[in-house]
Amino acid sequence: MEIERPGDFIYSDTDVDLYEGQAIEELKANSRVPIPDPDEWLDEEIQQNILLTTVDWVLNWGRRSSPWVSLCFPACCAFEFIAAMGPRFDISRFGMEILRASPRQADLMITAGTLTWKHAPNIRRIYNQMAEPKWVIAMGACAVSGGIFRSGYNVVPGYNHIIPVDVYIPGCPPRPESLIQGIQMLQEKIAKRKNFA
Amino acid sequence: MTVALSAKEVAAKLEQQLPSGIIESNEGSILVNSEFLPDIIAFLKTTPEFDFDYLNYITAVDYLDYFELVYQLTSMNHNHSLVIKTRCYGRENPSVPSIVDLFVAANPQEREIYDLMGIRFEGHPNLKRMFLWEGFEGHPQRKDYL
Repeated sequence: MEIERPGDFIYSDTDVDLYEGQAIEELKANSRVPIPDPDEWLDEEIQQNILLTTVDWVLNWGRRSSPWVSLCFPACCAFEFIAAMGPRFDISRFGMEILRASPRQADLMITAGTLTWKHAPNIRRIYNQMAEPKWVIAMGACAVSGGIFRSGYNVVPGYNHIIPVDVYIPGCPPRPESLIQGIQMLQEKIAKRKNFA
Repeated sequence: MTVALSAKEVAAKLEQQLPSGIIESNEGSILVNSEFLPDIIAFLKTTPEFDFDYLNYITAVDYLDYFELVYQLTSMNHNHSLVIKTRCYGRENPSVPSIVDLFVAANPQEREIYDLMGIRFEGHPNLKRMFLWEGFEGHPQRKDYL
């Protein structure tokens, strides 16, 4: 069986190389100037790379968006806090997923348990160790007012006898939704803070 | 399951050893004279027949007329246990002998009872308040507190 010879091409091999070289040279000649970025949709201020805001706003934005939490003396409220940390309620949406073991690295103290007078000096010391600015959320009835242990001989009737409290979250224990609302209220408070009074 | 020894039978054997130490006994517990408490517990601890090498707890009850202290002992080898009770009188300064020399575990429990009930343990090496702070007035677990 005779093998069929391939037919002649329209262009010779040399011609193909020549055309390719011409196309490259033409493109190179026409591409000396870069194509402008499609930035017609941007407004005038951003084209100049300038954002106008106040320093207060930026500081407060950073602070309210990432409060690092130190959980102090948790009791049964801790389980609601754990649920709030978990995937169902997920307070990391508010930038709070980092729990600090040391108060020196924390911005926000969440007090979630009964405080006894014997322990009260320590909590004031821990509060003093936190770096400024610092906030406190009193979570649960015990932290707000002493709760059912209020009449006890050794129970502090509320953390506000020892340290200043920014947000009170009632409930025994409060649901994670309440904790999230309390955190949002604290974020609103931080947003209104005047840093250069 | 740990077998609770018949306190009457143990008391009968104790009376041969320390006749004046036992006040009364029933099936559940032995009521002893507080002066002889360390001797009785030392005897129960060292006698091979009983071999009580573990102190479960010490607790105190306020009956207003007197305080009653309850000691539960267990033997790990024989797997049996026994309850010893003793009484101390007076609201002002009730006291019983300490058994810290025999059981180290008695140390914090006696401090706790001193803190909350106000019973002094004579011979305790570090008898001071444990859960409440120095300067706290009264002993809150007493029935007449508040």
